[in-house]
Amino acid sequence: MLTEENKNKVEELRKRYPTSQALLLPVLWMIQEQEGSLSEESMKYAGSLLNIPYSHILGVVTFYTMLHRKSSARYRIDVCTNVSCMLRGSGKILEHIEKRLGIKPGEVTSDKKWTLEETECLGSCGTAPMLAIGDEYYENLTLEKVDKLLESLQ
Amino acid sequence: MNLQPAQPEKLNAWERVILPDVPGLQKIDFYLANGGYKALKKALELKPEEVIEEVKKSNLRGRGGACFPTGLKWSFMPKKSDKPKYLCVNGDESEPGTFKDRQIFEFNPHLLIEGTLIACYAMGMTAAYIYIRGEYGKWIRMLQKALDDACANGFVGDKILGTDFSTHITIHRGAGAYICGEESSLMNSIEGQRGYPRVKPPFPAQNGLWGCPTTINNVETISNIPVIIKNGWKWYSQVGAVKHPGPLLVGVSGHVNNPGVFEMPTGEPLLEIIHKWAGGVPGNKGIKAVIPGGSSTMMLRGDQLEGIRMDVDSLKAAGSSVGTAGIIVMDSDTDLIQVITRITEFYYRESCGQCTPCREGTVWMYKILKRFEQYQAVAEDIDLLMDIANNIEGNTICALGDAAAWPVQSMIRRFRDEFEKRVHESQHRVVA
Ligand SMILES: Cc1cc2nc3c(=O)[nH]c(=O)nc-3n(C[C@H](O)[C@H](O)[C@H](O)COP(=O)(O)O)c2cc1C
Ligand code: FES
Repeated sequence: MLTEENKNKVEELRKRYPTSQALLLPVLWMIQEQEGSLSEESMKYAGSLLNIPYSHILGVVTFYTMLHRKSSARYRIDVCTNVSCMLRGSGKILEHIEKRLGIKPGEVTSDKKWTLEETECLGSCGTAPMLAIGDEYYENLTLEKVDKLLESLQ
Repeated sequence: MNLQPAQPEKLNAWERVILPDVPGLQKIDFYLANGGYKALKKALELKPEEVIEEVKKSNLRGRGGACFPTGLKWSFMPKKSDKPKYLCVNGDESEPGTFKDRQIFEFNPHLLIEGTLIACYAMGMTAAYIYIRGEYGKWIRMLQKALDDACANGFVGDKILGTDFSTHITIHRGAGAYICGEESSLMNSIEGQRGYPRVKPPFPAQNGLWGCPTTINNVETISNIPVIIKNGWKWYSQVGAVKHPGPLLVGVSGHVNNPGVFEMPTGEPLLEIIHKWAGGVPGNKGIKAVIPGGSSTMMLRGDQLEGIRMDVDSLKAAGSSVGTAGIIVMDSDTDLIQVITRITEFYYRESCGQCTPCREGTVWMYKILKRFEQYQAVAEDIDLLMDIANNIEGNTICALGDAAAWPVQSMIRRFRDEFEKRVHESQHRVVA
């Protein structure tokens, strides 16, 4: 299920950790980046690769907010609404996106293109307000910047 | 990107050493051309215990939140050990208001790598893990690039610089959990488990990662090590505040004109940081409240800031702490009820759920605060809130419980008027 390249990476990583269980997060990341989410099948695959029971893997996956068992939409917009962002207008940003996409946090648009989440501080408090889509951070946001961003991802 | 903005003339006296004003320093050639990896060479000529001694005498204190003396922490590690010893570098950086370690990953990653190597040499470790929050994917790639270059140049790996010292550095990516910044939870996370904090004792220096002696230090702490070795403990201990010396990465966010991360000696006056470094409050408004060191530190009143300095003693005397040196400024128009509700929501959501006082207490505080926010509070709610906070503090396995209690306690102590006003408004509000 992992690509050859990733399989080689796993073998390299085995040298770095004294237990195979420690490779769990790295392997789950690889799978999620390849497939978009972590299906039951792929978690079981990780289990067989690392010799870890499925129940343990499920426990780990449900602990971390960035590991997803389903990918609900093509783009997931994470708007930080923690204090520093809140003080600099994240509420308005969130409201604007809600209106534009017609969804509330936790919902998915009917075309499965967008989903919206409120998130905790992402370490961009000095460039607030901000949002993230995947690994990409969009900082010092204004309503115009949000509009441009959403249009560019059409 | 959000490296400190140009510093005001008058403040240029401090020549930056953690984030020097050298464009391109993230590239190994530039780093080497600017004296990079010389501290490592110097350290390898010393005995390991001499390096620890140097760090001890420098009086460096941890930059991860607790200001614990680093040299002392290192001296807890057993000199002889049948088991391997490990270093964990904490780059989880998830405390709201904190965005400094990210600057090191981006602008001076080799300093962190060099510091990690020196720490491993001093404590006799052959492996180090740099744990970085999962959301920092871009910064993980930046650090990985620097690490690959350092390996290719013989600074990391086997027989470093032709000596008998070998160590490997591995970046471990988190996956979204504030609690994993807590050191024992971080170790569980590396081990491939749910990130639950462990009961202490045993302490990590005896029984840490995989049951082996382990030291955990913050990214910024480790980045100070090459500076100490290069300039000597004497120089270092004379920078800034005597009992808490050295350069400090101070993040300023919220209601300021010029937010960002600023490198300055410890002990700078808080008001000067806000007004001179961070450009003051927009619209020249007054300051209602300041959180000095990340959202878990005790909130200060705007009218008590005179004379407070960014160091462990001064902030302690003022009834707060340095924390992660992430200053959040709130102007006179800020709705503090909304602020404390949002902070409490954060701790409630991030509580791992192991300890009853934290799991139940944080959600209860949040529900009460929601009542305040929605103008449905009654007078007794204020003391109830304080009572819950007091019963969380000190009664949990890790300090997340304390981190949730302190903002609430300080807010009630210092801004009781805001709560009382809200109770009054709750009773007299004309519902439209
Ligand atoms: C809930 C919680 C979260 C924490 N998050 C971090 C973090 O993100 N980064 C960090 O360096 N320390 C964090 N700490 C502190 C660590 O437990 C530990 O004290 C620190 O990494 C030690 O490094 P230092 O001595 O260099 O400061 C956290 C502590 C708690 C209780
Ligand atoms: S509060 Fe939004 S990034 Fe820190």
